[in-house]
Amino acid sequence: MTSVDVTNERFHLALVGAPNSGKTSLFNALTGSRQKVANYAGVTVERKAGAFVTPAGRQVTLLDLPGTYSLRGRSPDEEITRDVVLGKRPGETVPDLVLCIADATNLRLTFRLILELKRTGRPLLVVLNMFDIAQRRGVSIDVPALSAALGVPVITSVAIKKAGVEDLRRRTDEFAANMPAVPAVDAWKPLSIFELKALQREADRIIRDTVSLPAKPDSLTTRVDAIALHPVGGLVILSLILFFMFQAVFSWAQPLMDLLSGGFDALGQLIAQILPPGLVQSFLQNGLISGVGSVVVFLPQIVIIFLFILLLEDFGYMARAAFLMDRIMGGAGLHGRAFIPLLSSFACAIPGIMATRVIDNRRDRLTTILIAPLMTCSARIPVYTLIISAFIPATNVWGWINLQGLVMFGLYVAGIGSALAASFVIKFFMWRDYQPAPFMLELPDYKLPRLKSIAIGVYTRAKMFLHRAGTTILSMMILIWFLASFPQPPEGATDPAINYSLAAMIGHALEPLLRPLGFNWQIAVALIPGMAAREVSVAALGTVYAIEGGKEAADAIGTVLASKWSMATALSFLAWFIFAPQCASTLAVIRRETGSTTWMVVTFAYMFVLAYVASMITYALATAAGLG
Amino acid sequence: MTDLPSALPPLSTDLRLGNAPRGFVGIIQALQPDIPGAAETPHDLEQHLLEMGFTEGAQVEILHQGAIQRDPIAVRVDNITIAIRRREAMAVVVK
Repeated sequence: MTSVDVTNERFHLALVGAPNSGKTSLFNALTGSRQKVANYAGVTVERKAGAFVTPAGRQVTLLDLPGTYSLRGRSPDEEITRDVVLGKRPGETVPDLVLCIADATNLRLTFRLILELKRTGRPLLVVLNMFDIAQRRGVSIDVPALSAALGVPVITSVAIKKAGVEDLRRRTDEFAANMPAVPAVDAWKPLSIFELKALQREADRIIRDTVSLPAKPDSLTTRVDAIALHPVGGLVILSLILFFMFQAVFSWAQPLMDLLSGGFDALGQLIAQILPPGLVQSFLQNGLISGVGSVVVFLPQIVIIFLFILLLEDFGYMARAAFLMDRIMGGAGLHGRAFIPLLSSFACAIPGIMATRVIDNRRDRLTTILIAPLMTCSARIPVYTLIISAFIPATNVWGWINLQGLVMFGLYVAGIGSALAASFVIKFFMWRDYQPAPFMLELPDYKLPRLKSIAIGVYTRAKMFLHRAGTTILSMMILIWFLASFPQPPEGATDPAINYSLAAMIGHALEPLLRPLGFNWQIAVALIPGMAAREVSVAALGTVYAIEGGKEAADAIGTVLASKWSMATALSFLAWFIFAPQCASTLAVIRRETGSTTWMVVTFAYMFVLAYVASMITYALATAAGLG
Repeated sequence: MTDLPSALPPLSTDLRLGNAPRGFVGIIQALQPDIPGAAETPHDLEQHLLEMGFTEGAQVEILHQGAIQRDPIAVRVDNITIAIRRREAMAVVVK
């Protein structure tokens, strides 16, 4: 046993495979929770790396490369895969061994990829994944013959079974011990169409010689798709799934969110009791704890949304949802795959923007990110309910439609409508020369989701979110607290402390700018702490109007507002919140996901302009109608 | 009939996958990727189609179609299912 010397050098594995080949499940099975998700520098491509230790004690680093059918590099994701395999990606270690994952039930496209990978000269190991499912469906594969025909070692694996994973770790050891001293020559060049056809013919020949294919496609998938992809039935099922998902997001998350926000409130109270009143107490209670709390409170919603997204993805439904929605989304210049991210944005734009990673094309993805914050997120609901209940009478229209509900519905419709319009405008002005990304994707056979893999996926997303809450978002919160706390009120001041702060000065300075919208300086001031999260504006309004009790006093705030604001101001305020650019967390996530400050500024600027114009028009119309 | 470069659209009598009805079963004859309004250049489109398994001789069957203008379509290509818009499927000549 050479376990002493092998541990010195890290062994680098890269995982390559076609989409839906079970690559991520295998990655999760090999690395467990020992993985790090980040972005490749300069591009919006997710970099997933993990580590494991072989039976011989060798430290192995594993890189999960984006799924691809070839090394051509059609999208930024596929370019990463190509460059890492070729050893041309700066800052990325050249892989010692490339693991190519092939779905044993679907070999045709992966075999051609393997033949192309061979040309790179990298040591290659083919893993036949989902071998058990293939056997159950009557596929028999002559593994030794296949290995000889491909000229590459082939092993079978069942990603969900412990033994399969153990075997793979052991094989990694064998490989690492027998690495050729001189690296092979890289003979890879972009394939011509002629070569591509030739490789596919060779792949098909190898399949004919070594694999007995099933006579029939997966019968369960055929039967489910007969309903799930039916032009009408499919849309009904999709709506039902989404309805259930939203019920879950709002009803399951609520108790947990209440618990979290209660916990943070209690923690803040505790600090207030322990520490003497003053700056330190205020910083800890209002800056740190309530700042982080106002973001962490969204964690349950984020976990539930990602649970659903990952379940549907693993099950194989996501590609079907994209199929059903492609034409409908296409009308607004959006890709079918943008559907789920945009939908998630109704709960919160943060998971929505994070979920845009399923969109391969950079421009489609950017468009989706830019319009995601226009979807009516749950943080706007407290603002909407407060203003609606204070200003809109609870009468019925046409005898049976509740006017308050109608206004709420109208606000949602306005959000969706403006998002679609924005997408249309973005495509028209920014990417005129640009043809929409082709919609060509595999509809994989349905598979039972692997719970462990799902759990790891949800855990990784939650960790990413909390990491952000702990860094970028936290620093923004501290800035906002600073603006709302300094300078301190003079001795014997009677007004609330915020009225003497920088926030109030900014509010007063902004007031002339916001006057055409019917906003007074109190609203301008409240919008600043509202940067933390939109619903914080409610509490901030309470503070500037000197109402004790914060968020709980919403009824009291409503009563005060009803006496101090005109109807026109209230309507203008609602119009503002349809767009409401001020959400520090969303802006921070946009910066992280696009890897650029420019897009964050663009988002803020265009939403600000929309909010301003919408409010101004609303105020002008309402005033003209005698509601001023 | 004049002998023009292959860049010209082929004979209108060719059956294209993009025009075929749901339930159609056939064999791919050729790829003619020079179609108007495609999202990719003819070269890229041909390569893309080949990568997704649309090779000459492959058996295709249109399993499903979307609600609006019967678009996109879900096509069984040998033993996998590919979702594709009818516009790009116009590049696939079938029999």
